Amino acid sequence: MTELNMLEAINECLHAEMARDDRVVVLGEDVARTGGVFRATDGLFEKFGENRIFDMPLAEGAIAGASVGLAIAGLVPVAEMQFLGFAYQAMHQIAGQVARLRYRTQSRFDPAITIRAPFGGGVRTPELHSDSLEGQLANVAGLKIVVPATAADAKGLLASSIRDPDPVVFLEPLRGYRGIRGEVPDGEHLVPLGSARTARPGTDAVVIAWSHQVELACRASDRLSEEGLSIRVLDLRSLVPLDLVAIAEAVDSCGRVVVTEESPQTGGFGGEVVATVVEESFWSLEAPVVRVSGFDVPYPVGMVEDSYVPDEDRIAAAVRRVLEVA
Amino acid sequence: MTRPSDEQRRQMLVDMVSARTQSRRMWNLQRQGQIGTMAPIDGHEAAIVGAVHTLDPSCDWVLPQYREPVALYRYGPEILEHVMLYNIGHPSGGHIPAPIRVLPHQISLATQIPHAVGLAWGLTLQDDPGVVLVFFGDGSSSEGDFYEAGNLAGVLGAPVIFLCVNNQWAISTPTHLQTAAESFAAKAAAFGFPGVQVDGNDVDAVFDAVHTARERALAGQGPTLIEATVYRLGPHTTADDPTRYVPVEDLEAARQRDPIARLRTELEASGLWDDTVHADVEAAAIADIDAAFEKAKSTPLEPDAMLDHCYSQDTQRLARQRAGMLSGLGDQDAGGRIS
Repeated sequence: MTELNMLEAINECLHAEMARDDRVVVLGEDVARTGGVFRATDGLFEKFGENRIFDMPLAEGAIAGASVGLAIAGLVPVAEMQFLGFAYQAMHQIAGQVARLRYRTQSRFDPAITIRAPFGGGVRTPELHSDSLEGQLANVAGLKIVVPATAADAKGLLASSIRDPDPVVFLEPLRGYRGIRGEVPDGEHLVPLGSARTARPGTDAVVIAWSHQVELACRASDRLSEEGLSIRVLDLRSLVPLDLVAIAEAVDSCGRVVVTEESPQTGGFGGEVVATVVEESFWSLEAPVVRVSGFDVPYPVGMVEDSYVPDEDRIAAAVRRVLEVA
Repeated sequence: MTRPSDEQRRQMLVDMVSARTQSRRMWNLQRQGQIGTMAPIDGHEAAIVGAVHTLDPSCDWVLPQYREPVALYRYGPEILEHVMLYNIGHPSGGHIPAPIRVLPHQISLATQIPHAVGLAWGLTLQDDPGVVLVFFGDGSSSEGDFYEAGNLAGVLGAPVIFLCVNNQWAISTPTHLQTAAESFAAKAAAFGFPGVQVDGNDVDAVFDAVHTARERALAGQGPTLIEATVYRLGPHTTADDPTRYVPVEDLEAARQRDPIARLRTELEASGLWDDTVHADVEAAAIADIDAAFEKAKSTPLEPDAMLDHCYSQDTQRLARQRAGMLSGLGDQDAGGRIS
């Protein structure tokens, strides 16, 4: 075990996967010579050279579209969207082509494409640098959506994503890059996609979360434990595939549910989680489900963003609400 | 100028006549309600056939838009079978089997162009000697993907041939409303590689231009943009009524430049073609497409086939949906605990 932050874990994983499989190629804006604007790809250019990692022209659609061609050629592209908000300029390729390559060729080609992107708020970025699009992407059949919350999972889930024969959108929380640290297994570490994790045990209520919201939910749980409350946190780890069994087990055990996410509420993935809770565990529910989320406005500017992104206070308040129901 | 041999020219006319014959058969099948929307090939034959006859199917890839597949005989009879499977709406229509280096045709215009660049780049990275020929139209050249892909190809020096078949209409929109550039080929200047215009009704000119582009690509000199100018002699698709917008006099003038009539006249003058040969080619083309149609209709289709090939393995959610579908309950999701 080594203590790493998420960025270091991701970087270590990329080094390992490129060394393990010479079909793995990395492409994106500023990924090679400067090692990525966050340094996620630091050292890859020096180690693997100009035939394995590429600084791309500034065109997200071409990054995603070229990845389709690289995959058809038999390579394993790991593409970076510099920020997830920029993926709007590649959405026609991601949703219309990357996601459908297997389906429209009836599995002649493995779209073994991983699209990495930082996302989420809290670091005072310019416009369209903090948006949470995971709900939009999860509605695209054919994509897998992976959302690690810890450094160990960032390494283990990224390795699984790169090795997965299906296209994966791998979302990395901006605030977690350096803000989340933890023990990371040395050497090969694989975490399967579609397997949720209990981040905090508990029996009074469960907060279902993913990515950086898991960290905040854990803080809320820790605070509420000082009041004698036992609040479970379920880290989904991936939205597609979704661990239906783990959701049902957590809800059946706890009976009260809060779902938290950063994106706008309407159409957000939290709604899908609530629907799953109702389908799987309606008879176990002891209170209405409460959603915590961003608001139905574009991701806002710096002076107000802290009121937009759910924090541990809002999550704790939501937990108290579901516990108030007799 | 690289001229095709007599035998190549004869074979190209066979492919052109077959493509038009089969396209017209498909038109009738669509009108009978037996297949879905299709795009007639009339007027595009020389631009497509002349281009693919420069390629080596064992190593070169073709990325068609939607009008080309019926003219890709050079890549094997399986292509026609998959055209028919696609057009009757069978999921297997998209599965052109390996090792045929043709992708399923593209409906979302211009999205295939960055795929071509990525594929050509991937071939280079793996020392695969192939080049990639990508088809698109005058309308597609207005899409962002064309510019992004052209720019990327120039930067990479990728072995790709961009073939813009300018049929002068994007459904109802004429070229002067598509671009203010002096030509579509001129756009290559911004990408840093050559752009050339050819008469797309002249199969020899198309052959020469694509051959030259392929030689450049193989020599590591990078991409070429070719604009092959033709005229769409039929409707955009079976769902279009061009009498609302195509000037009759323009269409009549274009018919005088019909690419098949032109090559046929030349080959007849050389003693390489006659009415009997023509009739035999048409008859064989009909027999082939009818056989492909019958084969497509008898291709098995599992009741849950639509759920296959979305993921390498069903997700938990999709597995439940499949079980629900197969249970016959009409219940999309057999999971959950409703009682």
